[in-house]
Amino acid sequence: MKKAIVLAAVALFGVAAGCGGDDAGANGKLVVYSGREEELVKPLFDRFEQETGIKVEVRYGDSAELAATIAEEGDNSPADVFFAQDPGSLGAVEREGLLAKLPQAALDRVPERFRDPKGHWVGTSGRSRVIVYNADALSEDQVPDSVFDLTDPKWKGKIGIAPTNASFQAFVGAMLVALGEARTRDWLEGLKANDPKRYEKNLPVVEAVAAGEIELGLVNHYYLYLAREENPDAPVANHFLTGKDPGALVSVAGVAILQSADHADAARTFVEFLLSNESQRFYVDEAEEAEYPLVAGIDAKAGLPPLESLQGPQITLDDLGPELERTLELLNEVGLTT
Amino acid sequence: MTRARAPVALAVPAIAAVALVVLPLAYLVLRAVGGGLDAFEVLQRPGTLTLVGKTLALVAAVTGSALFVGLPLAWLVTRTDLPARRLIAVAAPLPLVIPSYVAALALLGAFGPRGLLQQLLEPLGVERLPEIYGFVGAWLALTLSTYPYVFLLAGAALRGLDPALEDAARGLGRSRWGVFRRVTLPALRPSLGAASLLVALYTLSDFGAVSLMQYNALTRSIYVQYRSLFDRTPAAVLALVLVALAAALLVLEQRSRRGVRASASGAERPPKTIPLGSWRWPAFAFCAAVVAFFLVVPLTVLVYWSARAVELGRGIAFAWEAALSSVSVSALAAVIAVVAVLPVALLAERHPARWTRSLERLGYTGNALPGIVIALSLVFFAANYLTPLYQTLALLVFAYVVRFFPQALAGVESALQAVHPRIEEAARSLGHGPVRVLATVTVPLIRRGMLAGAALVFLNAMKELPATLLLRPTGFETLATEIWKYTAVGSYSRAAPPALLLILVSAPFVYLLAARGESDVSAPG
Repeated sequence: MKKAIVLAAVALFGVAAGCGGDDAGANGKLVVYSGREEELVKPLFDRFEQETGIKVEVRYGDSAELAATIAEEGDNSPADVFFAQDPGSLGAVEREGLLAKLPQAALDRVPERFRDPKGHWVGTSGRSRVIVYNADALSEDQVPDSVFDLTDPKWKGKIGIAPTNASFQAFVGAMLVALGEARTRDWLEGLKANDPKRYEKNLPVVEAVAAGEIELGLVNHYYLYLAREENPDAPVANHFLTGKDPGALVSVAGVAILQSADHADAARTFVEFLLSNESQRFYVDEAEEAEYPLVAGIDAKAGLPPLESLQGPQITLDDLGPELERTLELLNEVGLTT
Repeated sequence: MTRARAPVALAVPAIAAVALVVLPLAYLVLRAVGGGLDAFEVLQRPGTLTLVGKTLALVAAVTGSALFVGLPLAWLVTRTDLPARRLIAVAAPLPLVIPSYVAALALLGAFGPRGLLQQLLEPLGVERLPEIYGFVGAWLALTLSTYPYVFLLAGAALRGLDPALEDAARGLGRSRWGVFRRVTLPALRPSLGAASLLVALYTLSDFGAVSLMQYNALTRSIYVQYRSLFDRTPAAVLALVLVALAAALLVLEQRSRRGVRASASGAERPPKTIPLGSWRWPAFAFCAAVVAFFLVVPLTVLVYWSARAVELGRGIAFAWEAALSSVSVSALAAVIAVVAVLPVALLAERHPARWTRSLERLGYTGNALPGIVIALSLVFFAANYLTPLYQTLALLVFAYVVRFFPQALAGVESALQAVHPRIEEAARSLGHGPVRVLATVTVPLIRRGMLAGAALVFLNAMKELPATLLLRPTGFETLATEIWKYTAVGSYSRAAPPALLLILVSAPFVYLLAARGESDVSAPG
């Protein structure tokens, strides 16, 4: 009986270990903490594995969650690469002193506006915040031109947000940097008073707008394309805000290598891969979503306003890192994330 | 009969096992205290009090509704001439196989935005259904998962009740309702009390349903704090608040069990069947509605969404790999748990002393530790001090063992109680060593109890969600995490197939355990 139990335990452990996928690829492995959603980036990881023979292990989660995880893990972090949805999370890890300097050649592929001045992270794709709206319920000229109009009681119960999502937090962080805490808090409280519907992520916001559950949503521009993929006739459209409104923030998803990376070479290969022309064109040609490529000479998908034409609040993206913690506290205090 | 002093060979592994079980709680306290007074500032936030209030409101509501559904159902099925009572008796406890977060998925898939009902009503011009997210959704999902406890416990008590008492009261001219209120109900009180506390504890520790329904109970808030704040110590403090509430409930439960010797029936005869008369069909309608709403609707919704996946051209991607992962880690946890409780149970049963009893009590710590609490503590501990084990299966299995140690312990202990020590002593007197006696006499005799304990651990580990989410190795998916991932983003057609698979795998175990009369068969997700 005992022997049987021991044998069974050994066998099970074997099976369980097999499921864990500990086996490395032909050319080693790479551990990525990805704040970017599986749906968006899985094709990139697959192609990287194919091209390099490096096995990628991905831990998906919210960018801020993963940043906090890395902070908790410190030098013990199993992660080699942090692929984040926003500069705030990258900056927060950077402030903990856990990021390695990236190769200058990789940094130089991206305009200065979209990378860390100290060279610890680099943007890999760009996005603009927009107000997505239900085109059956509203015409574009009825859609507010500023996020500050969203506190108007006429939008009560009609707005969707994803307050635990990094891109919403980056937008609030930008408001905090550009306009100060008092105004940001006022706006958040006004928004809260309007009973916004809260979702876990951006895509459900767009789908809710498409379904007519709500009329407006605060999201990144590219989720519209993902929603259309599932439902081509959905009555949704993007309204790009103009000028310096915080709601017009242009931000990036970015990547960084951890100082404690066990697979530093593979990590550098991965960063170069993300900034290669092929990977950048992925956002234009293949991806269901339509993010802005950041490397010079590759134009965005047809129908999008050119990246250069988008303005947004007067901040630099590495300002967002130091503000992320404060942003999260503010959201918590106002009661949007609890 | 002289009792031998506890042998060292038994004491050492027992103490080691219990020490490991207590470790997560101990570290959590250290972490919270080590965070200094700043961390405890979270207790003073007005939000924290609201959080506790919301949690307790949900606990109260779910307990109330589970009683309201489970008790009448049990009474109707055991005591009356209800139509189709056998069928209902079989169907009513079946929602036990539906973990709370799957219940939440089913409710969202049916009544949520873009759910089944919305799609059916759309052509009729209904654009919006009443909100299912929040309190209502969490309350319904948890009622679904918990009313079977009340049904099973109250049913068992009703069957064991001495009918002579009721007959006597009837004979004294009491009305039927009067008899129920003055005689039956008081006699049921102990088992109703036990069932209520079971339901309350389940609701308090539930993470899956409240999170998916976005209701801010403590468990969800701990998770949100953990995920979104850089200083994670407040999450540890909140976790301790949750532990305190759970401990308070456990103390209540102990009290309610004390002195429970419900008027054990000496009578052999079955109680008289009460004719419902004109109430027969309304009563049947009530039972049918309960079974329809809590069993037929959820299963239909899951099947519908699975079929939808086919329609969308994806095919049903049954997550076989995730299923294999679930089964193997759960089985591993079950085997380890049963082996680990053995020395503790042997010490407590065969070498009773104050310290062995205390050790055994400590073994039940897991009961007061909701999954999210264990997970949080182990993440903190392993990321800082146990890096080689961090994000490994070993740590995940360890979390399961800690969480479900009490179930294994209870199973093995009750089996040991049924084996008279004389049998072992006889074997010893024949010159066999203690190890030989254990292997050839004791273990074979308590085999069934060990298997039952292992089955309980296996079942609960299969469904476990919060610890699995936080502790699993990178890239390791179980059925629970698959369901969670897709339900959270409203992708019901992707969440439904693994949910059905989970139900299919768990159902035989629930059936076997429920048939054995285990009341505490299921822990929340």
